[in-house]
Amino acid sequence: MASDSVFAAVVRAPEDPILGVTVAYNKDTSPNKLNLGVGAYRTEEGKPLVLNVVRRAEQILVNDESRVKEYLGITGLADFNKLSAKLILGADSPAIQDNRVTTVQCLSGTGSLRVGAEFLARHYHEKTIYIPNPTWGNHPKIFNLAGLSVKTYRYYDPATKGLDFQGLLEDLGAAPSGAIVLLHACAHNPTGVDPTLEQWEQIRQLIRSKQLLPFFDSAYQGFASGSLDADAESVRMFVADGGECLAAQSYAKNMGLYGERVGALSIVCKAADVASRVESQLKLVIRPMYSNPPIHGASIVAAILKDSEMYQEWTVELKAMADRILSMRQQLFEALSARGTPGDWSHIIKQIGMFTFTGLNSEQVAFMTKEYHIYMTSDGRISMAGLSSRTVPHLADAIHAAVTRST
Amino acid sequence: MALWNAVASRLARQRSWTAGVGSSRALSSWWHSVEPAPKDPILGVTEAFLADPSPDKVNVGVGAYRDDNGKPVVLECVREAERRIAGSMNMEYLPMGGSVKMVEETLKLAYGDNSEFIKDKRVAAVQALSGTGACRLFAEFQKRFRPESQIYIPVPTWSNHHNIWRDAQVPQRTYHYYHAESRGLDFASLMDDVKNAPSGSFFLLHACAHNPTGVDPSEEQWREISQQFKAKGHFALFDMAYQGFASGDPERDAKSIRIFLEDGHFIGIAQSYAKNMGLYGQRVGCLSVLCEDEKQAVAVKSQLQMIARPMYSNPPVHGALIVSTILGDPELKQLWLKEVKGMADRIIGMRTALRENLENLGSSLSWKHITEQIGMFCYSGMTPEQVDRLTKEFHIYMTRNGRISMAGVTTGNVRYLANAIHVVTEST
Repeated sequence: MASDSVFAAVVRAPEDPILGVTVAYNKDTSPNKLNLGVGAYRTEEGKPLVLNVVRRAEQILVNDESRVKEYLGITGLADFNKLSAKLILGADSPAIQDNRVTTVQCLSGTGSLRVGAEFLARHYHEKTIYIPNPTWGNHPKIFNLAGLSVKTYRYYDPATKGLDFQGLLEDLGAAPSGAIVLLHACAHNPTGVDPTLEQWEQIRQLIRSKQLLPFFDSAYQGFASGSLDADAESVRMFVADGGECLAAQSYAKNMGLYGERVGALSIVCKAADVASRVESQLKLVIRPMYSNPPIHGASIVAAILKDSEMYQEWTVELKAMADRILSMRQQLFEALSARGTPGDWSHIIKQIGMFTFTGLNSEQVAFMTKEYHIYMTSDGRISMAGLSSRTVPHLADAIHAAVTRST
Repeated sequence: MALWNAVASRLARQRSWTAGVGSSRALSSWWHSVEPAPKDPILGVTEAFLADPSPDKVNVGVGAYRDDNGKPVVLECVREAERRIAGSMNMEYLPMGGSVKMVEETLKLAYGDNSEFIKDKRVAAVQALSGTGACRLFAEFQKRFRPESQIYIPVPTWSNHHNIWRDAQVPQRTYHYYHAESRGLDFASLMDDVKNAPSGSFFLLHACAHNPTGVDPSEEQWREISQQFKAKGHFALFDMAYQGFASGDPERDAKSIRIFLEDGHFIGIAQSYAKNMGLYGQRVGCLSVLCEDEKQAVAVKSQLQMIARPMYSNPPVHGALIVSTILGDPELKQLWLKEVKGMADRIIGMRTALRENLENLGSSLSWKHITEQIGMFCYSGMTPEQVDRLTKEFHIYMTRNGRISMAGVTTGNVRYLANAIHVVTEST
């Protein structure tokens, strides 16, 4: 009877569409291969980057003999939580001053979204979340597994390669009162298309008038425009009107802490005692998932955010990363213009953040992978962070070939 | 509720006249009906301890190791590993299944250095968020692929086990484990429960150093359990959070697992480095599932990754680097083994001291279970009321099930602790 596994019937799962790109890239032996899949920043030399300020923080931690590796509390490192709330909401946020915000350390953006979604599925009266079309591939899975049902609202307009603002307003306008709405705080993934501030204000008014619950995903604060405050404007606008919202923060990109899994979930509530009760319920979600969050990455973040000189250094390094990406956008746009590649490619410089939604279809993408060894997700999303001045021409050639080839 | 909403919305409309179009609902929170959650019974103990101003206070609550001065310990091998790591690595995402190197070394600890199962690539394994995360991944996997199954959990067990399988929506059953009168194993009832469970049931077993009782089956008893499992076709998930920490010898502490492997079971193992490497806050662990062949192991691993991806995408890199640095370097590994034995020996020494102190105080009760139990915890047999007295009158903190974390006992506090226990148990 011990001869058969009880899991004998388990079939192999498909590769994750995003992380699977890197798997395929790693297998490719071509010297010209280019990985524009996963949104991890690369230098001009194509290398991963650990920020100087992060290295400094690491050294401080390692040299501090008094540091121990005890369990954090369920909600994580207290300093880190306070500083993270200030970072996204603003140091002078009245919501923070009123103690109306509960912030818990979570495992990067994914973990923050999952914990928030689990909380909503248990305690919120509306179990539907509206996500933009398109969105990060992992979003629907996170919300489904948390027990929410997922609907979409129009977001990207393929005709303009910009925002389908009318469609967005119509779809959110038609949502049932109280429904949850996922909003990308800045640098929408995968499209790079963000609402303007005026459009954000209209979205806010619509959401509040319909009593929809905003859930922000902020994975690129500082990375989009180069300014931490500018990239948090959308969130702060909603908090300023006194209403409630959730915000998931990630330090994966803007502090380069990817694998350390550092993030925070903030829930802005109407009153302090509500925030306190909400926090106690968040603990019940976290404890049976992983008990308490990992200490290392959060300690690095806290060390940097609490020291004004290190904070400054961080903003400088962050702006440099954002600027390099802007430069790559410019170079790619110019390279396509120079080749006379058919089509309007201005969206490359209009879109913002790490990704460009090229508008290439999956067939064209497959062609580029096969013939040019260029790896990206099949929706045509490229990570600008994976480009360098040296590789832009190769990419431009590939796009040109994909677009002009007769099928 | 409806009336409350009506009032709230009328006030909100009034407010919006003055605040202008589009202001938010003025009065009511979405969360007004959210109840305050009960405090976690284990972690809540430390919170209460920290809040106590008494100079005599003793924390024998949470299972985190302390040295003889009552201080947390960072192992030398860990400090050295950190020195080597700092500044030298990037912080890129690990794969969803975690650090391959760390997982390889971790499997060797559980399955044996020369395990044929590892050689034949039959073990599906992923890095997990310590023991909690490993158990949760398994529970979710069990729910997804054996939706009709339930989990048999020993009585008592680590309280979070119940939360984990409940949140994974796997129904729970219990099996007899602890024998209150003898403060030992209720072996006969355990075997009955194993026999009476429907064939092909899923059981959670503590590989060694049972938490909270410290009561482990003997080797002979493990062999009988294994045989009965075979007869019933049961699945065994081992939660091994204390390998090395129980006897001081990791090989010895894995005996139960090795017996099951020899007997041909396909098992699951949740491993943690929280205690035995002192990596608590780093959240490093591993979930493995032994499969029939490599193909199946690949399939199972891919499905475990699918569960991890919408939970946290990929596991944290730092703790995994520490583990693989230590276990991958023969000298550091030797140092680690020495330090683990040191921790285990100190605890065994404290068990002896606590028992001797109680006996010397002339206690009329038997305290031999203190030295017969093994691992970090001692199930004292005290009632919740007696524990409350210990806290109120003596500022001694432990969980209300009478579980003493021996790691919190020192030469400095063992007499005080013994006296307090004697006082509350002798008078009742």
